[in-house]
Amino acid sequence: MDTQAWTFLIVGASFALYIAIAVRSRAGSTKEFYIASSRVSPSVNGMATAADWMSAASFISMAGSISFMGRDGAVYLMGWTGGYVLLALLLAPYLRKFGQYTVPAFVGDRYYSQTARVVAIICAIFVSFTYVAGQMRGVGIVFSRFLDVDINTGVFIGMAIVLFYAVLGGMKGITYTQVAQYWVLIVAYLLPAIFISFMVTGIPIPQIGFGSTLSLEPGVYLLDKLDGLNEALGFTAYTSGNKPMLDVLFITAALMVGTAGLPHVIVRFYTVPKVADARSSTGWALLFIALLYTTAPAVAAFARTNMLETVTNKEYSAAPEWFGKWEKTGLLKFNDKNGDGRIQYVKGTEQNELTVDRDIMVLANPEIAKLPNWVVGLVAAGGLAAALSTAAGLLLVISTAFAHDLIKRNLKPDLSEQGELTAARIAAGLAVMIAGYFGINPPGFVAQVVAFAFGLAAASFFPAIIMGIFSKRMNREGAIAGMIVGILFTASYIVYFSFIDPASNNAQHWWFGISPEGIGTVGMILNFVVAIAVARFTPPPPERIRELIENIRIPRA
Amino acid sequence: MTDNNRREYWNTNLRYLLTLLSVWFLVSYVFGILLADTLDHIRIGGFGLGFWFAQQGSIYVFVLLIFVYVRLMNTLDRKFDVHEE
Repeated sequence: MDTQAWTFLIVGASFALYIAIAVRSRAGSTKEFYIASSRVSPSVNGMATAADWMSAASFISMAGSISFMGRDGAVYLMGWTGGYVLLALLLAPYLRKFGQYTVPAFVGDRYYSQTARVVAIICAIFVSFTYVAGQMRGVGIVFSRFLDVDINTGVFIGMAIVLFYAVLGGMKGITYTQVAQYWVLIVAYLLPAIFISFMVTGIPIPQIGFGSTLSLEPGVYLLDKLDGLNEALGFTAYTSGNKPMLDVLFITAALMVGTAGLPHVIVRFYTVPKVADARSSTGWALLFIALLYTTAPAVAAFARTNMLETVTNKEYSAAPEWFGKWEKTGLLKFNDKNGDGRIQYVKGTEQNELTVDRDIMVLANPEIAKLPNWVVGLVAAGGLAAALSTAAGLLLVISTAFAHDLIKRNLKPDLSEQGELTAARIAAGLAVMIAGYFGINPPGFVAQVVAFAFGLAAASFFPAIIMGIFSKRMNREGAIAGMIVGILFTASYIVYFSFIDPASNNAQHWWFGISPEGIGTVGMILNFVVAIAVARFTPPPPERIRELIENIRIPRA
Repeated sequence: MTDNNRREYWNTNLRYLLTLLSVWFLVSYVFGILLADTLDHIRIGGFGLGFWFAQQGSIYVFVLLIFVYVRLMNTLDRKFDVHEE
């Protein structure tokens, strides 16, 4: 069978599986729809969280980004895993004990304020939409490249699938579908990595393989060879960084704190039965995530070496088959500037003739490494699983924020259970449509908006929740002032450098050399400072709130 | 639960948090970023130690930290009889 047939077969089978699971786990009540009735076991929830969390960006783009960034790629590796330690230690158990459905619910109740609730709702919806647009785009890319369908058709198919199981099953359907999607995506990610690691180094464990010596050149370490290749072409050595240390610190912190503040991640810990489960479930989630996240840097190093060796100074006419295929998608561009018919890939815009989109590195890796056709099909299914699982989780946050936080808790408290469930389903449906629209007409700034999502989560939710749990003195006025200052500051910094004056988006003009990606950390610090200052001069929270805090700090009291 | 017990439970929890988060900070920000270049002089196989912490080691330690916290808190919950059945 050829690649195309294998891809149709594997992707089709995986979709059939997701739909079968969705039909079996329909939601009958709002509690099932929002949080699967809190009956999910910690390890299952951990697996679902891992699939929910690992998006098209983790699966398709991350290893590619790392392979171009070298050591600096660690900002993503540490940034997108370290947040789970914060979640497990500082947030998840207490939010589970609090036991409402959403983050805005916590913020609204803890700060006894509808204003705080609305600020949190707006943040949650904004963060989730930003994120979901990227997922739909990822679905479209995978479809167009591997199944030769139009990107828009691909987005429509993705929308239909997500619509089906998110609207039908809510959190319950999503959870069990995500477990299946985790398996698909992790196998699709690990298998090629194991193959390649074994081929290149003779060691089938990629995490060890990329620190080992090469099979073809005994005694030479892969990373040393890669440093050499990079330097010969004018790039910085792979294992040393390019970014200023301060920026690396701030980006890592913004991603960690942002992760811990993302509503679609936090909400997953409402689905387990007990406080102790919320703690261990976070551990399971990170363990399942770590499987991919410790493999990604190995994939990055292998892919970079492979690519440099395959294309550097080779005859264009003799380029391998995958080269032409990816050229057609526009993700790979060759421009023979000096007319010698050879591919020169070097640092610097004048001599360089090859433009490589970072998304290719994972998707084309099996072809570059000449793996069997079915592996390519599996990778396509894995990319789709990653994108769909994350999209579903985000859509659920959006629909809960509308139906529960906004309509039921704010606008129309007398709404019946059945009415709320219908509202939640309609909201989920609408959210899919809007997400699909952005998938088909992507705003030209998907990369920046993701920085936006993390920056906002870091600068708004994280401090508000932390202070809500760990400080009995933090009051309504302080929390609202802190969130507003945090959001406004972070948003203006990113908007200024991304949209108003993109030309000045470089280290020279950044404050203290902190990039828009890392500015969420500053926003977070500002949030804390402003909140604490304002709370000092305003009345303490009422007695019942102090009791609420005492209560959430202890699992059973 | 008496107020005293409550306070003791919470303070013990805070002590655990502080200790574990120090390790969290150490392996990622200190070993993986601030001291990475210095640590790179120490090699394990093909890895410089700083590079290894930045791209591998910190993640392993993160996972460990969470499970250590889970164990510590399960014991603490039982000791103060606040665990859920």
